[in-house]
Amino acid sequence: MQTEVVLLQRLHLDLLLSQLQAAGYQTVGPVVRDQAIVYDRIQSTADLPMGIGDIQGKGSYRLRSRDDAALFGYVVGPQAWKKYLYPPRQLLMRAEQNSRGLQITAPDQEVPKYAMIGVRGCELKAIQIQDRVFLEGPYSDDFYRERREQIFILAVNCTEPGNTCFCVSMEAGPAAGPGYDLAITEMLETAEPCYLARAGSAKGAELLKHCNPSHAPATLLEKENALWTAAAAQMGRSLNPEQASAALKSGYESTHWKDVGERCLSCSNCTLVCPTCFCSGVQEVTDLAGTSSERWREWDSCFSLNFTLTAGRPIRQSPGARYRQWISHKLAFWQDQFDQSGCVGCGRCITWCPVGIDLTSEIEALNALQTKT
Amino acid sequence: MKPKLAVWKFASCDGCQLSLLDCEDELLMVAEALEIAHFPEASRAVVAGPYDISLVEGSITTPHDLERIEAIRAQSTWVISIGACATAGGIQALRNFQAVEDFMRMVYARPEYIQTLSQSTAISEHIKVDFELRGCPINKNQLLELINALLNRRKPHLPSESVCHECKLRGTVCVMVSQGIPCLGPVTHAGCGAICPAYQRGCYGCFGPSDSPHPAALSQAFKSLGVSEAELVRLYRGFNSNAPAFREESLQHE
Repeated sequence: MQTEVVLLQRLHLDLLLSQLQAAGYQTVGPVVRDQAIVYDRIQSTADLPMGIGDIQGKGSYRLRSRDDAALFGYVVGPQAWKKYLYPPRQLLMRAEQNSRGLQITAPDQEVPKYAMIGVRGCELKAIQIQDRVFLEGPYSDDFYRERREQIFILAVNCTEPGNTCFCVSMEAGPAAGPGYDLAITEMLETAEPCYLARAGSAKGAELLKHCNPSHAPATLLEKENALWTAAAAQMGRSLNPEQASAALKSGYESTHWKDVGERCLSCSNCTLVCPTCFCSGVQEVTDLAGTSSERWREWDSCFSLNFTLTAGRPIRQSPGARYRQWISHKLAFWQDQFDQSGCVGCGRCITWCPVGIDLTSEIEALNALQTKT
Repeated sequence: MKPKLAVWKFASCDGCQLSLLDCEDELLMVAEALEIAHFPEASRAVVAGPYDISLVEGSITTPHDLERIEAIRAQSTWVISIGACATAGGIQALRNFQAVEDFMRMVYARPEYIQTLSQSTAISEHIKVDFELRGCPINKNQLLELINALLNRRKPHLPSESVCHECKLRGTVCVMVSQGIPCLGPVTHAGCGAICPAYQRGCYGCFGPSDSPHPAALSQAFKSLGVSEAELVRLYRGFNSNAPAFREESLQHE
């Protein structure tokens, strides 16, 4: 592993992409689609959202034009990388009743090999949180593992956080922590951006070597450091994880949940955009004759009424109870369950809530009520 | 002996029962698994009841309908109402918010010949319904899934949560958040596959209210997007205007 910082130009990024493709990777990264930055297949840096930024707020997201040629000048959008590691629908097995009895077969699917381009610090941490959920402990998920083992991560250190960001509170950014193969910082001093790059794995170091890069000058490194410091000071939101956990654990019966319930749509958007939410449902899909069946796993949400359907009735019937469940799991009980918080401070649940419910404000309100009584 | 299927029509446009014929590739398999015993839209050959499965399309709008639906219930093991008309009263339930006599006088030269009820209502308001399949029109894959589940004696996988869920599963960007387009998705029952938002349109609520809708909270958000009270009424008064959650919310803004 080498930690040397090198200087890359855009053409080097294209070289990296073509090397990854030659090594059999599907390169996926940010693209503009349907008025937002989403993750999809990219061929070269020409597919990246050059000169595009965004303005985010509670329940609001708008793209904007930047006055520079930044390729990574946006804040995280509506989609998380989990769609590649833990796809929305996954075939788990097939069963067939034939003359030999009941035959059960594993799905015969090629495991895609993704190179993820533009993973932010908060997103890298989210992947590691899902690693803990899917891979550690007594039951590990082979479908996740197969994909996870093959990925290549090119992280992009964040220098311009958005209005709903609070990664600093959750110790997930703005610079990407360990776990990447390569990490870059986009420097916008000159008309054509340049990139400071670090390898975080042997794979990453090997790729970098092929670019034949030059050493990064010390002045640029100082500037990079200043950018990170400035970014950390620009968080649109903040959250005290210990305080949040304590407030949630003691505020189970708070009247505040009824208040949230009056605003919450229980539409499940927050859970589905969350990069760490991992709940799923499993369905059997039979053929009409009833001789063969497929078992599918599909993203589910604790906001759906049927999620807690037990003996014919849902347990968490009110929207307030469902919101309390979600935020308590994310910010308090996740810690007990997985020894870490379930939140990375990416702000997606705030931006993509159609009615703009902000978990950091809800914690503040819950806290205020508790201090009052 | 194969289970017998009957298809019945009340006040409706026929679009939902056509979904059965739209099954094309799967239709032969359906016909193999079931005896299509009563389906006038497809065949003049009618096999007498009783029937195992009765698919009922359309809403109850006339005194005669009231008698017919009782007779259908009496000769069917399972009654499944299909589509917005049968499950909520349909677009014709807009009459429920006005005096139907006024319409009759405007439309018909001799209104005294018309026998109609003052309200257009769902099948389940009159008889016990075993399952309701939502949509305007219904989704043929959902119809197949329901028939499949009935034949195999398993629970159908027909999610009742919001359309948002379907948008997220297919990777559609939320049009309300990213473009400020009023969208009924957060309060609407899944099932269509979230078609409209995928084409940059707000959801029209064709599948009616979800299993736990909260339109009052959504209306507040619509108002901050600049939607007027009159527009709010129109949004909730589409194909499912008489579904209780949409009906009550529309009355709040009248």
